[in-house]
Amino acid sequence: MSAPVIDWPDRLYDTFKRAGIRQVGYVPDAGHARLIDRCRADPEIRDVVLTTEEEGVALAAGAWLGGERAALLMQSSGLGNCINMLSLARSCRFPLLMLITMRGEWEEFNPWQEPMGSIVEPVLKLCEAEIFRARKPDEVEGLAERAVQTVFGDERIAALVLSQELIGKKVWTK
Amino acid sequence: MSMARLERRAAMATLLSDRGEDLLVVPGLGSTCWDLAAAGDNDRNFYLWGAMGGAAMIGLGLALAQPAKRVAVITGDGEMLMGLGSLATIGIQKPPNLAVIVFDNGVYGETGMQPSHTQARDLGGVDLLKVAAGCGIEPCLDVQDQAGLDGLAGRLKSLNGTLFARVLIEAVDPPRVLPERDGVVLKRRFRAAIGL
Repeated sequence: MSAPVIDWPDRLYDTFKRAGIRQVGYVPDAGHARLIDRCRADPEIRDVVLTTEEEGVALAAGAWLGGERAALLMQSSGLGNCINMLSLARSCRFPLLMLITMRGEWEEFNPWQEPMGSIVEPVLKLCEAEIFRARKPDEVEGLAERAVQTVFGDERIAALVLSQELIGKKVWTK
Repeated sequence: MSMARLERRAAMATLLSDRGEDLLVVPGLGSTCWDLAAAGDNDRNFYLWGAMGGAAMIGLGLALAQPAKRVAVITGDGEMLMGLGSLATIGIQKPPNLAVIVFDNGVYGETGMQPSHTQARDLGGVDLLKVAAGCGIEPCLDVQDQAGLDGLAGRLKSLNGTLFARVLIEAVDPPRVLPERDGVVLKRRFRAAIGL
């Protein structure tokens, strides 16, 4: 049996295009690699590689001040780097769309991923972010659409949380 | 050797004289925010009361979104030090309409004048000009006197590349001038002022 083709990152790219996303901030992440490649190849999207995820929260705020829509890609560990900067989005009701790939919750080899991975959803709740959790490939696009509506329709923070099962098991031996 | 440093309120006023409708300004939290308010309120200022370390990145997102306008981030050394990585990020992007200006007095004025990493620059402390240059930002201007400040103000009038400037200012704590602090109000009035 051949492995199923993973196409949900392409559906996320399609969602970005429909939503008019013009700036995408990211810290490189294997789970987002395909989506990052699609964004980098698109001349209508400014891809902004970040040194830390909190930069992306500020980038998205600046984009909105200037009339553009942004998205922020990160892995679960990156959410921890954002917490104080999320005050900016909350205090000013900046729209903030976060796409978070999960680590530390399924077939994880690296135990250091578990502490932050295990508190992603509680942290998001405490920060008053709307959570859209995708566990299966066929629900990713629909949930992404709802996250987009929440963010830009209501000027709120929302996170599309992509379960580790979607991304697959990281291969540690080469 | 000690050289008379620039006075921060006068420096801000010089940089913003005849600012024009296409100059958008983001200060850091704390002293530079009060300096900006003291120079005269303007809907095209986006005052920060928090988000320490984020001023330059807000400026980047704004500059990318508004390429026909000029964006000036005017922040302090402490705020810049918290977001040093953003200089690396900006060095990659290099929008032609962004200026990152640091008022460097070597202390955290808002919290009681404790020394910052830039204080002992001549003795091995952090040189923000070298950091910015190392991030690929060009030019990086060393502003130490009124002539340098006037030169920077002139460059701000027509940016044609990402610019970094360090302005050496006195370590004094002038009276606070407090701007609006409701973030939603600040956001909406800023967007309205640029036609959004």
